[in-house]
Amino acid sequence: MSAEPAAPAPTVGDLAGLAASVLAVAPRAVGGLWLRAGAGPARDRWLADLNRLMPPEIAWKRVPAGVSEGRLLGGLDLSATLASGRPVSETGLLAAAHGGVLLVTMAERLDPAAAALITRAMDTGEARSERDGLALLHPAEFGLIACDEGEPGEAPPLALTDRLGLCLDLAVLPASGHPHDAEAVRAARALLPRVQADARHLTDFCAAALQLGIASLRTPLQALAIARVLAALEARIRVESGDILNAIALAMLPRATRLPESAEEPAEAPAAPEEPPAPDESRSRREPDDIPEDIPVEAALASLPPKLLESLIAKMGDLRTRRTGSAGQAAKNARERGRVFGSKSGDPRTGARLSVIDTLRAAAPWQKLRHGPGEPAQGIAVRREDFRIVRRKARSRTTTIFVVDASGSSALQRLQEAKGAVQLLLAECYVRRDEVALIAFRGRKADVVLPPTRALTRASRALAAMVGGGGTPLATAIDNARLTAESVLRAGQTPFLVFMTDGRANIARDGSPGRVQAMEDAMASGRRLAELRQPIIVIDTSARPAEQAASLARAMQARYLPLPQADPQRLVSAVSALQGQERERRAS
Amino acid sequence: MSPESLAIQGYAHPEPAGDSAPRYQPAGRPRPQRPEPQAEAPRGRALYPFSALVGQEAMKTALLLTTVDPTIGGVLIFGDRGTGKSTAIRALAALLPPMRAVAGCPYACEPGRPADSCEHCRGLRQGKSLDASIEIPVPVVDLPLGATEDRVVGALDLEKALARGEKAFQPGLLAKAHRGYLYIDEVNLLEDHLVDVLLDVAASGENVVEREGLSIRHPARFVLIGSGNPEEGELRPQLLDRFGLSLDVVTPTDLETRIEVIRRRDAFDRDPHGFCAQWKAKDVALRRKISAARRRLPMLAVSEEALRKATELCLALGTDGLRGELTLIRAARAMAAWQGATSVDGEHVRAVGVMALQHRLRRNPLDEARAAVRVERAIEEVFGPEKAAP
Repeated sequence: MSAEPAAPAPTVGDLAGLAASVLAVAPRAVGGLWLRAGAGPARDRWLADLNRLMPPEIAWKRVPAGVSEGRLLGGLDLSATLASGRPVSETGLLAAAHGGVLLVTMAERLDPAAAALITRAMDTGEARSERDGLALLHPAEFGLIACDEGEPGEAPPLALTDRLGLCLDLAVLPASGHPHDAEAVRAARALLPRVQADARHLTDFCAAALQLGIASLRTPLQALAIARVLAALEARIRVESGDILNAIALAMLPRATRLPESAEEPAEAPAAPEEPPAPDESRSRREPDDIPEDIPVEAALASLPPKLLESLIAKMGDLRTRRTGSAGQAAKNARERGRVFGSKSGDPRTGARLSVIDTLRAAAPWQKLRHGPGEPAQGIAVRREDFRIVRRKARSRTTTIFVVDASGSSALQRLQEAKGAVQLLLAECYVRRDEVALIAFRGRKADVVLPPTRALTRASRALAAMVGGGGTPLATAIDNARLTAESVLRAGQTPFLVFMTDGRANIARDGSPGRVQAMEDAMASGRRLAELRQPIIVIDTSARPAEQAASLARAMQARYLPLPQADPQRLVSAVSALQGQERERRAS
Repeated sequence: MSPESLAIQGYAHPEPAGDSAPRYQPAGRPRPQRPEPQAEAPRGRALYPFSALVGQEAMKTALLLTTVDPTIGGVLIFGDRGTGKSTAIRALAALLPPMRAVAGCPYACEPGRPADSCEHCRGLRQGKSLDASIEIPVPVVDLPLGATEDRVVGALDLEKALARGEKAFQPGLLAKAHRGYLYIDEVNLLEDHLVDVLLDVAASGENVVEREGLSIRHPARFVLIGSGNPEEGELRPQLLDRFGLSLDVVTPTDLETRIEVIRRRDAFDRDPHGFCAQWKAKDVALRRKISAARRRLPMLAVSEEALRKATELCLALGTDGLRGELTLIRAARAMAAWQGATSVDGEHVRAVGVMALQHRLRRNPLDEARAAVRVERAIEEVFGPEKAAP
């Protein structure tokens, strides 16, 4: 195969339209679609167009992000069970979507456990439930569309996005008309089983995936399926190189974690993308030598309008950071107002949730007696003493947010000590199964090195990799800490902030140097942070306890601990004690 | 409609048809009616053949060792998505040689050696019907996320209770898994209280149910297989060393392997039954090898050298307790049986060292990633540099 694009180059609007056509032809074969777009007319229009392309009789089921496991899987139908006097099952959303489309809205807020149920149904084509005393098995073959509002820093659970073959961002690729009609889709559905792809097409996709730094093996397989569908849509039974290019644009480019080197700087050479600069040199530096020379990635890139390519790359950067960050974590515990861990007898009218199954079990042994001898059973006699209510274990998780000063004023030695202390505190978090987040500030920036996560190994690695030096943008750091704390609160958890700094700010909020303005800004930010009324601790890392950090702690209404006086163990116990106090305060 | 599939893992599936009626089955069917071979595979779907799995040798070895000696104690598989974890375990179900069970026993007790806690077989002990046995597939039970506790441990049979006022026990998934495998995908997402139940039962081999006026005890010995992705959260430390073997799987990075994985998967998705027919001979050969290794296992003596090396290795790594050493020896013996060796030697210990020990190192939660490297280093120290492959 050669690198020249044989098919007409895809245009911006075509890709969004093509995605709809492909999905309409084979929603399951291509793995569904990841739709990044805010709720709004653009998304609605695209979905409505897709609906028109699909056969009219199929089911469209909508899954809200906060969906319960019971609703997804199905379980006991309460009213029918009570009426008939025997267990009657109720179909869940997964089974109800069989043969049609399952639409997950706000997928970035989807609970990983719910995502696991969906992905399992995608893998096996059936919904299997072991709940409420019932073992249910329903076919559940559906095409999945996961809508993601496209907020930076948030993405649906990776287990889900990895299975979605098509990837469309309506902000990058606005929809502008559709290249196929329902008739073409119908014809393509019929033709698809006969479409052949060559072995070399498979090789192309594998090579392209490696070139673009896509580790998942699902992606090339999905791209191959998409290429077949694209051929069927053009009434061909052979896959051609144009299909390959479009499939790469639809399935691979948005997931790329790196670019082939020749296309690395599109902004500098947007006018001449078809002129690969010194291919020999760039190729020779490329890692594995087993990658064939003529892969179509560059061709695909070159065939895209330069402006589109630029925005795709910008988006990729976004995706890349979100990959290393923890996708969906913020949403993870949103429903944790306590987990169900059994039931006890009680009155459901007090606002507690009735545990239907346990109530029925309690009532069951008495049915004969209650109906009386010879009396025909009319439904189930449930009495007040049968009521069982759901017991929940309240578990308000704590997310400890470490804000570490890596600036030059915190001398290297002190940074090492601070790191050591954070490592110890991390180990404590591990024991309690808390989540941690890490913010580092130096120079002009305060980066969220690690969004809230329970993967503490990553936190530890991120911490070890942290380098020191530069200015002290304390105000920016405090602002970012507040944003992180707010998102933790939104997820229904408790933030606990640990600042490790000497408090000597010298970069103002606007990034300009100057000690006075910087301190003023830091104090103002500190006072705003205090308004959150969350537990904060300031650990003074200066060589001798100094006024700056102490006054910062006062502004934040935080506990102040000088590090030089506290050996690391004492520090850990001081922090733990404070956290313990907080827990008790909340519990009471 | 396309015959292709979207998933790397799991079954082959046709495009939505929309016509098949939902299947409803009451939960506690009596044991003999358990689904035919391929325990958890729905009818009409083909399972990806075990012998067609590309690469992932450590994972395949660990799974095969548990088929030779189930007392090794479970496998924990952690790693990237789409590496064939679930595929391998589901394929294992179809690979296992069938087993014999006491006819009519709800827990499928072994003929001649029924579990003490089995009420059914205790009642039969005097009678001759204990000798009547049937051949059934080894159960491979999938514990779906979202399963409720009543279905896992068993509970009052609602249907019988409501319809007939009968107090009957409806066995749960733990009963179903007895003498077989219990597979939990995304084990790190499992509810904590269910994990506790599982740990308890896995340790004792017995499930004790005290609820709704029932007081039931039944055997539940199974090989626990857990898989998960570490990005989604770590496993509770207590759960880790309950697994006999553990391993990390990573996506292959070399082009040839990746192409082969996708070529086979694509072929399977487009024609599952034809693909399985192609690999049938290899799967049959594997099954025979398992049977032969099982027969060889009780006859294998552990050499002095193997014992000493195992102890040295555990000492060098400072693993807690004797569990590590025991597992190491058991796994080495299974390895020797699998390889057709006449005794268990140091080389067998070496071969299973990493998978038997890497999750038992003294806990430093912040250094978990390098556990395998630490074990490898200790192995080099104890055994000397690796001999070149013959």
